[in-house]
Amino acid sequence: MSLQMISVILGSLTIASALMVILSKHPIRSVIYLVITFFFISAMYILMNAQFLAIVNMIVYAGAIMVLFLFVLMLLNLNKEMEPETNRMGIISALVAGGTLFLVLITALRDSFQYGKGYTMVKVPEAGLVENLGKLLFSKYLVPFEISSILFIAAMVGAVLLAKREKQIID
Amino acid sequence: MEQLNNIGASLDFYIFVSIALFSIGAIGVLTRKNMIVLLMCIELMLNAVNLLLVTFSTFFGNGEAQIFVFFIIVVAAAEATIGLSILIMAYRNSKSIDIEMFHKLNG
Repeated sequence: MSLQMISVILGSLTIASALMVILSKHPIRSVIYLVITFFFISAMYILMNAQFLAIVNMIVYAGAIMVLFLFVLMLLNLNKEMEPETNRMGIISALVAGGTLFLVLITALRDSFQYGKGYTMVKVPEAGLVENLGKLLFSKYLVPFEISSILFIAAMVGAVLLAKREKQIID
Repeated sequence: MEQLNNIGASLDFYIFVSIALFSIGAIGVLTRKNMIVLLMCIELMLNAVNLLLVTFSTFFGNGEAQIFVFFIIVVAAAEATIGLSILIMAYRNSKSIDIEMFHKLNG
């Protein structure tokens, strides 16, 4: 089995599990399928030799963010009748709009399709290794890196302030 | 053909996968009414963009796009936190996770 086979199988599995995210009725199933999608995407990163991003994707997305989603789902304690219903007209128009977006994007990137036909990697790409990315991150992109930590603090304070229970006035 | 096999499939395949992921996320945002699933679809679209950036970065042998992907992941984490806390606040006020609930903000 060649690597090309593996990547085609991985790609179709990714698309299938992404479809299951929006098709499954229960939100917890959506979360599980999204985690599976992220694992497939990480596998594609490994296939493209972007090892650092594969690990970060697995830790941050499949680990932290999805656990956060599951936590909120459990916290809200949703039941069946809480699921908002959708109307048929909206679904049809959304499908038409999404399909049109798909076609437009495919057409827009068709030039790169033709360009990419002959364009293949000559040697194993080394851009995604930890050493190269670390050198870039801590020299050229040091200031954005530090600013992102400020962003995290702001997000943390904001989340705590937003989700804090307000003082109830009891009369 | 041997050189192609170094990285798996060709460039157009990865572009196709990421466009498909993005469109699926967009369709999900348009169809679903559940706020949590909506946030998840946004994450799906962000991941499609990440996949495209990593693909081009790998094919052109330049690591800078992967730094951008790193920052996208950072921003996505912050965004998910804020979005979920807004969701909790909205649920506490209206006991519903329907996105239509936000029509009330219309005044």
